Formats: sequence, structure tokens, C-alpha cells
Amino acid sequence: MYVAVKGGEAAILATHDLIAEERRGDVSVPELSVAQIREQMQLSVARVMNEGSLYDEDLGALALKQTQGDLIEAAFLMRAYRTTLPRFGSSVPVDTASMAIRRRISATYKDLPGGQVLGPTYDYTHRLFDFALMANGEHSPEAKIAEHALDAAMPRVPDILGDEGLMEAEVPPVGDPRPFDLTRDPVEFPADRDVRLQTLSRGDEGFLLGLAYSVQRGFGGNHPFAGEIRLGEVAVSFAPEELGFAIELGDITLTECQMVNQFKGSIDQPPQFTRGYGIAFGHAERKAMSMAIIDRSLKARDFGEASEYPAQQEEFVLYHCDNVEASGFVEHLKLPHYVDFQGELELLRKIRREQEERLAERKEAAE
Amino acid sequence: MNAAQHDPDYNFGYLDEQTKRMIRRALLKAVAIPGYQVPFGSREMPLARGWGTGGIQITAALIGPDDRLKVIDQGADDTTNAVSIRRFFARVSGVETTEETSEASIIQTRHRIPEKPLEAGQILVYQVPQPEPLRKLEPSEVETRKMHAWAEYGAMHVRLYEDIARFGHVATTYSYPVMVNGRYVMSPTPIPKFDNPKMDDMPALQLFGAGREKRIYAIPPYTTVKSLDFEDHPFTIQSWTEPCALCAAKDSYLDEVITDDSGGRMFVCSDSSYCEERRAHGHVGKELATAEALAYVDSTKGASHDAE
Repeated sequence: MYVAVKGGEAAILATHDLIAEERRGDVSVPELSVAQIREQMQLSVARVMNEGSLYDEDLGALALKQTQGDLIEAAFLMRAYRTTLPRFGSSVPVDTASMAIRRRISATYKDLPGGQVLGPTYDYTHRLFDFALMANGEHSPEAKIAEHALDAAMPRVPDILGDEGLMEAEVPPVGDPRPFDLTRDPVEFPADRDVRLQTLSRGDEGFLLGLAYSVQRGFGGNHPFAGEIRLGEVAVSFAPEELGFAIELGDITLTECQMVNQFKGSIDQPPQFTRGYGIAFGHAERKAMSMAIIDRSLKARDFGEASEYPAQQEEFVLYHCDNVEASGFVEHLKLPHYVDFQGELELLRKIRREQEERLAERKEAAE
Repeated sequence: MNAAQHDPDYNFGYLDEQTKRMIRRALLKAVAIPGYQVPFGSREMPLARGWGTGGIQITAALIGPDDRLKVIDQGADDTTNAVSIRRFFARVSGVETTEETSEASIIQTRHRIPEKPLEAGQILVYQVPQPEPLRKLEPSEVETRKMHAWAEYGAMHVRLYEDIARFGHVATTYSYPVMVNGRYVMSPTPIPKFDNPKMDDMPALQLFGAGREKRIYAIPPYTTVKSLDFEDHPFTIQSWTEPCALCAAKDSYLDEVITDDSGGRMFVCSDSSYCEERRAHGHVGKELATAEALAYVDSTKGASHDAE
């Protein structure tokens, strides 16, 4: 027999206990510590920090632990927490040109000042299982230190092209106003670039990857070159008004990607290269590259290009790339809708009844 | 009525005072321009987007220690998300909560307006999934804002007309668009069209919050709210051939409850508070005993049928 059960407080409390039990899994297996997740699941932590738009590796790791590794649920925890944090000001813009480089590659030059620095990457690993990891056999791996230190100067590739006048100049808007804060003010369209970049930087990696891929495959007008990708640490500084000078708060890890795109020029602008910019917390190249490709495709309006493709339509991209909002709305379909469904049932039954009556009348008339 | 302890780790009402002020400013603007969607700096809440964060933010911005809060979903106080939201406010504000419509000073709702007429001084807060009534006709926000600015609502009437031409009826049973104060076409949220007439000239203040879409709108007390229709196809509401199986009400919106796997069903009030109150006053529906046997109704609430 089917028993119609309405949800109640007791059921909700019980489900909290049940999910806690499931989260722990088999208790004969040692429990993960937040520090273990922070140190050994760094790329997941980076993704959670990006989509949760909060740089805190410990909280990112805690979020992953608390959500059984559900990346979107973890990002949601970060967002719900960050919204309660007081804003005491904006940092001084970080200078990625003076980043302490761990990895820096350019696909547009064979060699360049500072050189190509491969750094840590899975790019050239063969994707074969390392069963030693399964057997807990990993000793403490240690990479050798290079004989020569990296060059102190690592100019960013678009700056090199910019010196030649071949690269679209990027200058702050008049008066260099404080950027829009997506988390405090509602977005209005058409959106300015600060809004676009902020939205993309917290956007879902999978969604942005798919859109960037669509641009490359043919649903977009730009052919990107990876001008440069760099990974490393930058200092975050804050200048309190009462001090009048900046103090360093600490270092954060960033991945930055600058895509170089062809542009055939317009009446006002000579042919030149145009930029797409991507930046992400932690080591997150796929995210930064996707973001850079989409940043450029969203500049279609600025360059007088037709916006024919999904990746060029800012309302489509900016509204739908937010996975916390998207999953909330898609998953709200789990909530009861029986009042509305009853309305649909009632209408459908009425329309069917009327149709049957009409058919019966017609049949009678024909006989 | 229940009063809980305010969790001192959180500000009263969860939101900080600056945010509450920002929301109140948006609310004032919304009340001043009935039916107009005011953008606001919607915050990320600890409940999911699409699960009532707009309504929660409005309630959080308005609630005071002397308020009594009622939260309903599908008309009922005991649906899971209503329970969850009520627990949230009990924790972050410690205010009294109630299930009785007339006792509540703030009623947060999803998908229904209570059956019992609301009074002056009460506030009805709607959770809004999609604030834009024109969105299904025009996906772009830039365009729909222009359509509202110019009161260009022809496309909506064409849509209603096409339904009538095709089905003989307007095939919209919920989120049925309304004209507010003769100026803005507004989405009443996914309430059944049964509830639309209650919005018209309502003595209570009606506030609408769309958290994910970052919009607030309002209907001040005693404002004209008209469901869109045609002279030869006037607006009508749903009706049932039988009364509520529990309380015998003939004037309430009914949910269909499946009672077994061989076609058994009964129709019961979706407004649980209304239904309980009627039963407490001695109204008995013909299947109340069955419902109690199925544990569908709590026999401690309202009078039991054999207590009369």
C-alpha cells in the first residue's frame, strides 16, 4: 500500500544523521584530515576556491571533506560563508608580472626573455595508472633543484607584443574606478568587462570548458593562441587609508592565461592582435584558458563583430555559467510542485472531456 | 506557536544590518512602483538558489523580535522546505513561529496564498523562481526590460489568444500573468490561478523576492490586480466536482492524494492550516477516517471525527 507521507521536522533531522554516516563511510578505514585534503587534493581545493570565490585552502579542504568531495556543493559552502564576511576594503591590484614563477609557457614564441619553464604539469605524463599509489607505496618524492635559478625578469607575452603596437591596448577606464562587485550588486546588461571577468572567474569549469571548445570547433569566430600561461605566487597588498602606504598581507597562488587572437581591424582600428584574459586561484590551467577564450569571444560587441554564437552572447554565458545558481534551480525541481501539477491535471482533464464531448456530438450529427 | 532560541553566532535575522537596509530600500522602491521589478544585491544564502532565497532575504530584512512567522510551501506548513525555512528563522532570529494564518504577522509562501483572507498589517512574502512574466516569450533581459518600459505587452496577449484558439482555454494554470495597478504585467509566481483573485485589493502587503534572479517587486495593500483575459473569454479559476475529503470545504484549492495503487484517490485542501481549523470547528469530510488510518492527517491536529 502506498502511504502518502508529508515531510516533517523529524524526517529532516534524521536525514542529517544519515548523510553524516554516509559521509564517514566505512569506519574501519581511517578518517581523512582537512590537512590531508589540502595537501593532496590541491587541484580540487583550487576548483572549490575558484567557484566558491574565496581564497582559503583550509576552508576549501573542509568544504570537500564535508561534502564527500562534491565540488559544486563544496563551492556552495564557500559562497554561503564568504557572504557573511565583512569587507574592509579592496587590495592593491596584484602584479602578475612580478609573480614568483613556478611554470610559464608560451605557445607563440619558441624562446622569450625568461625562457619556457615547464614546472609541474600532467601534460606530458602518460595517462597510465601508477599502481604503486594504490599500494600506499609512494615514498616522499622529491624533485631536483635546477642548477640555474630562473631569470628574475619574466615579462608577460602580451606586454612584449604591446611594445610593438601589435596588441590591443588595455587601459583602465577613465578615472580607474573601483571595479564592480558582483557579490554585492545586481548585474545589469549590457555588462562591462569587470562584471564579465568576475562572473567567468567564479563560473563552472566544465561549462566554460565546453563553451571555449565550441568557440574553437566552429561555434565562434576567434582563433586563439596561448600567448602565455603562468603559474606562481603573487603578493597581496592592502593600503589602509590611515596609513597611506601598502602592507603585504600574504601570498596567493594564481594561474594566469593570456590568449592572443587575430583581428582584422575596423574603420577605427588597424589590424592587430586582441586579447582574452583568464585568471584563477591555485593551479587551474584548464579554467584560466577557457576563461580567456570566452573573455575574447564576449568582446564581440566591443569590436563590432556579429554575436551569432552562444559563447558570444553575454546574457547566455554570464547567467548560466554559475554552477551554484544553476544547480540550485535545477535541483529545486525536487521540491513539491503538486499544487501546480494539480492545476495542470485539472486543465488536461477538462480539455480531454470537452474534446470527447465534441467528438460525440459530431458522431451523433453524422448518424 | 513556538519560540526558539536565537543562535548568538549569527546576527538577528542572519543578514548584517547594511544588507537589510539595502533590501529595505529595494522594497520601498518596489512598493512605490507596484509590479515593477527592482534589481537588488541578492546575497548568497546558506540555502540553495531556487529554494526560496529571495523570500528568505525579504523576511530576514523585515523580521523583528515581536513578529510571528508562518512558512508554507504548497499551502502546507509541514512540507519539507517550509519546515527547513521555519527552522532557519527560528535559529537565526528566535521569533515565534505559527501555523495559524490569522496569528502570523509575516507569512512566507511558495506556490499558494492562504485560503483565509489576509488582514491589514499582515505581510505576505512570496518566493519567486522567475520574476519575469515575459521570459518565455523573450529570453533576453535587455529586451524584456524595454518591453516593460514601453508597456509593450501585445506578445503576451497573442500567447493567451493562441492558447484559446488551440485548446479552447488559456492553457496557463499557474504563474498566470496579472496586470498590476493598470501599468505593469507581473508574474504572480507559480501560485495556481485559483489564487489570483485573492491578490486583487488585498488588505495585506504583498512582497516578492527572486534571489537567484536578483529582483524584488511588490503589491501595496488595496491595489488593483487583474488577471489578463479577453472580453469574450473572461478569466476563470479551477473548480472541483467534490469537496475536501477531510473537512468538506467547497471553496478551497485541492491537492489530489493517491491512496493506493489501484486508482484510489482523494482530494484534500492544500492549505493545511485552513483544513485543520475547519475540522476543529466540527467540519468532517467523507474520508477523514481513511486519511487518519493512512496517517495522512495527524489526528491530534483539529478535532478527530469521533470527538464530535
